[in-house]
Amino acid sequence: MTEQLSTAAPAPVLEARGVGKTFTGVAALQGVDFTLRAGESLALMGENGAGKSTLIKVLTGVYQPDEGQMFLHGEPASFAKPVDAQHAGISTIYQEVNLVPLMTVAQNIFLGREPRNRFGLIDFRKMQEDARSLLATYDIHVDVRRPLRSLALGMQQMVALARAVSIDARVVIMDEPTSSLEAREVETLFRVIGMLRSQGIAIVYVSHRMDEIFAICETVTVLRDGRVVHNGRLADLSRVELVALMLGRSVEKVKRGGVTAFGEVKEGEGEPVLTARDLSRKHQISGIGLDIRPGEVVGLGGLLGSGRSETLKAMAGVMQLDEGSLTVDGKRVRSGSVAAAIKAGVVMLPEDRKAEGIIPNLSIRDNIVLAALPRLSRAGFTSRAKQDAIVDVFMKRLRIKAASPNQVVSELSGGNQQKVMIARWLAMNPKVLLLDEPTRGIDVGAKAEVQALINELADEGLAIVLVSSELEEVVEGSARVVVLRDGSVERELRGSEVTEQHLMAALVGENHSPADESPAEIKERL
Amino acid sequence: MSTVTSAVRLPQKGSALVFLQRYGVYLAIALLLLFNLFFTPNFMTIDNFRVQFIQVVPVLIVALGMALVIGTEGIDLSVGAVMALSAAVIPLYIGYGPLPAAILAVLAGCLIGLANGTMIALIGVQPIVATLSLMVAGRGIALLVADEQLKSVIDPGFLALGRGTIAGVPYSVLLALILVGLVAVLVNRTTFGKQLVSIGGSRRAAELAGLPVKRVLITIYILAAALASIAGIIQTARLSASVPSTVGNLIELSAITAVVIGGTPLSGGQVKVLGTVAGALLLQLIAASLIKHNVPDAYSQITQAVIILLAVYLQRGKAVLK
Repeated sequence: MTEQLSTAAPAPVLEARGVGKTFTGVAALQGVDFTLRAGESLALMGENGAGKSTLIKVLTGVYQPDEGQMFLHGEPASFAKPVDAQHAGISTIYQEVNLVPLMTVAQNIFLGREPRNRFGLIDFRKMQEDARSLLATYDIHVDVRRPLRSLALGMQQMVALARAVSIDARVVIMDEPTSSLEAREVETLFRVIGMLRSQGIAIVYVSHRMDEIFAICETVTVLRDGRVVHNGRLADLSRVELVALMLGRSVEKVKRGGVTAFGEVKEGEGEPVLTARDLSRKHQISGIGLDIRPGEVVGLGGLLGSGRSETLKAMAGVMQLDEGSLTVDGKRVRSGSVAAAIKAGVVMLPEDRKAEGIIPNLSIRDNIVLAALPRLSRAGFTSRAKQDAIVDVFMKRLRIKAASPNQVVSELSGGNQQKVMIARWLAMNPKVLLLDEPTRGIDVGAKAEVQALINELADEGLAIVLVSSELEEVVEGSARVVVLRDGSVERELRGSEVTEQHLMAALVGENHSPADESPAEIKERL
Repeated sequence: MSTVTSAVRLPQKGSALVFLQRYGVYLAIALLLLFNLFFTPNFMTIDNFRVQFIQVVPVLIVALGMALVIGTEGIDLSVGAVMALSAAVIPLYIGYGPLPAAILAVLAGCLIGLANGTMIALIGVQPIVATLSLMVAGRGIALLVADEQLKSVIDPGFLALGRGTIAGVPYSVLLALILVGLVAVLVNRTTFGKQLVSIGGSRRAAELAGLPVKRVLITIYILAAALASIAGIIQTARLSASVPSTVGNLIELSAITAVVIGGTPLSGGQVKVLGTVAGALLLQLIAASLIKHNVPDAYSQITQAVIILLAVYLQRGKAVLK
C-alpha cells in the first residue's frame, strides 16, 4: 500500500481521505483514499462505472464530496467550482481539446492573460515569442501564428497541455488523452509527460490501454464499485493481476480465459453465405475477394490504411464500388446502398459508435428498433407492443444494463451502447455481421461480454467478419484471418497459422521479414 | 454503471431548471392568464378567446411544419413566401370552386417545398441557404403569378373558411386542431416520425442504419410547405383578399420562435408538437395582453425577443446537463 512509498517519497500534493459521494441514494464513491505526490505518475484504473470519472470530478471541483476531506499540499481544501481547482493548480486534459479552434496557438496559450504593452493593448510580438519559447521547452516546434484547428489533434493537445502547465499547474489529470492520437503523437505526449514529472508536476492518467499505462505510470490506484481496491506500485503487478483487480476475479480465472473472452473458434462449413469478388475502388481497395461461411468468424487483419474498414464499408453498401461483385446466398447485391445490403442480410457495426452508430438523443428502445421499424409497424404506424417484445428479448439476452428501455442511449456506458448497436442489427435477422472495432473504447468487463457474444452468435450460425486493431482479439477471435495490405489481400492465415507472429509477418508483407520491425513497433502502427 | 449515469442525469441544483425547460411555456401561459384575469377587463371571455384562437391559427399551422423541419436539424425560411404563393394562386382558380382552388394552391406551395427538399437532401445545400433563396424567389414568383395585384375573393364557400363556425368553433380553428392531431400522430406514432427524429439526432447514423434519409428529408420540406400553403389559404379567406405582397411576412420568425419556446431544440432530434401549440399561443397571448393595455406594438416585439432569449437560454442549460 502507500506506506511503503512514503519513506523516501516527496510530500503529497493532492490527497483525499474517506471521500464519499452519493447520487440519489446510490453510492458512486465510498471511503476513497487517494494520494498523489509531486512528480508521480499515477494510473487511475477501473471499469466503467467503478467511480473513476466521479473521483476525477470530485478532484477537479465539478462535484463536492458528501463526506471525507481533500488536502492540497497537506492543507484541507475544498473546491466549490472547477475554477477553484484550476486556481489551486489542478488542470484536466480531456480527449477533446477545450480551446478556441479559430484562434492562433499563441492566443490560445495566453487566453485570458495576454501580455499587454504600455497602451494596454495586446502585445502580439511578446505573446508569440513567449508561446514559442514555452513550447520549445517541451521540444514542440510549431508556428504559433497558425490557428489551432489547423494543427493535428495530438499537437492541439500538446498546446492545451502547455497552456495548463504555464498556468502553474501542479497536478495534471488526463482522461483518455490518447484515444484519438496517432502513434507518433502518443510518443510526443509521453515525452512531455516525462518532462512535466521532472519538474515535480504530478500526473493522473486514465486510459483503457494497458500498454500505455505500463509504459508511463509509476503507481496505480484501482477502483471497483466506488471503492479503492488497490494502491501501489505498478511494477509490482502483472497485467493479468491488474485486470483481475479491476474485474474482481481471481488471477487464475483471468489467465485461463486468455486475454480475451473468446472461446473455441472453428472454421465454417458448407457453402459460403457471402461471396465478394474483385471489390475495387480507386485509391482505397483493389481486387479484394472473400468467402464467408455460416458459423465462422473471419478476421480481417491489416494496418491502418490497409483497406480493412473500406472493405467492410463496401460490403455494407456504405461505399460505392468501382468494380467487383457481392453475392449473398447466390443473389447479387447492389453496391452503394445500405438498404440493399441490409435487405440481403449484411449489416455493419460502424467503427465510430458515437458519430455513426447510436442516435444519442433517442431512447434505448428507439435505437434498437431503428432499422427494424418498418417491420414492426403496420401501414406506417408503429406498434409499441411489437417493439417492446423485441427490445425486451435483446436487453435480456445481451444483458444491456439500463434503468429502463426508455433511458436515453447517450447516458449508457460505451459497452452498453455497443450492445444496443448489436441488438439493432440482430433484430434484423442478419446473415452476415460485419464488426468494425467492436470493442474499441469500452471497458474490460464489457469487452469480455462483447467477445463472448461474438462467439455465441457464430455458434448459432451467423457469418461474422471481425476487424480489430488489437492483434490478440483478431487472433483469438477468428478461425481464419484474411490479411490486407495496401488495399489488397496479402495472404490468408488458417488453422495453426493464426498466431500473432504470423499475423504480424503478414501485416508488413512477406518480403519484409518481421525481424526488421519489433512487435511493439508494428503494434503502434495498428 | 447506473451510479455514474444517474449522476449525469440529475444535476444537483437543477430540478427547478429542468422543470422550467419542460413546462416553462405552459407556466408562462398560466401566469399570463392569471395576470389578465385580474388586470385586464373582458379578457377571460369566450368572445375574446375565439378572436385569439382565430388569430393564432396561421402562425400555429406554419409552426407545426417548422417543428418537423427543425426536428431534422433543419430550418425553413421560405414558409412566408409559400403562403404568398398559395394566396396568389387562389383567385386564379376560385372560379372552379373553393376546393379545387385550395388544392391547387397547396400543390403550388408543395413545389417550393420540393425545391427546398431537393436542394437540401440531394445536393447538400445547407437548409438555411436553400430556404433563404426560396424565401426571396418564392415571393417573387407569387407576385408574378398575382400580377403584383391585390385581388379580392368573394366566393361565399371559400370565405366561410374564414368566418363560419360549428357550435361556436370557427372552421379555421377546427382545421388547425385536426392538423395538430395529425402532426402529433405522425411524430409519435409512425415510422416516419421516428425516422425524422433519428435523422435530426444523427444523420450519419441514420444513413448507416439504412433509413431512407433523402426521401424523409424531401418529404419533410414538402409537408412544411403544404402546411404553410394551408395557412396562406386561411389567411386569404379571413381577409377576403389575396395579398401576396404582405401575407406571411416575417411569419417564419414567429413560427421558429413558437417552436423553440415550445421546447423543440434547434439542434434537432426532438419534436414537441404540444409545446409548439403552446409556444404559438403564448406569443399570441403576449401580443393580445399588451394591445389590451394599449402598449405599442414595438414593445410586443421586444417582449418576443426577450422570450426567445429566455427559451434558448433554458435549452442551452439542457445541453449542458446532458
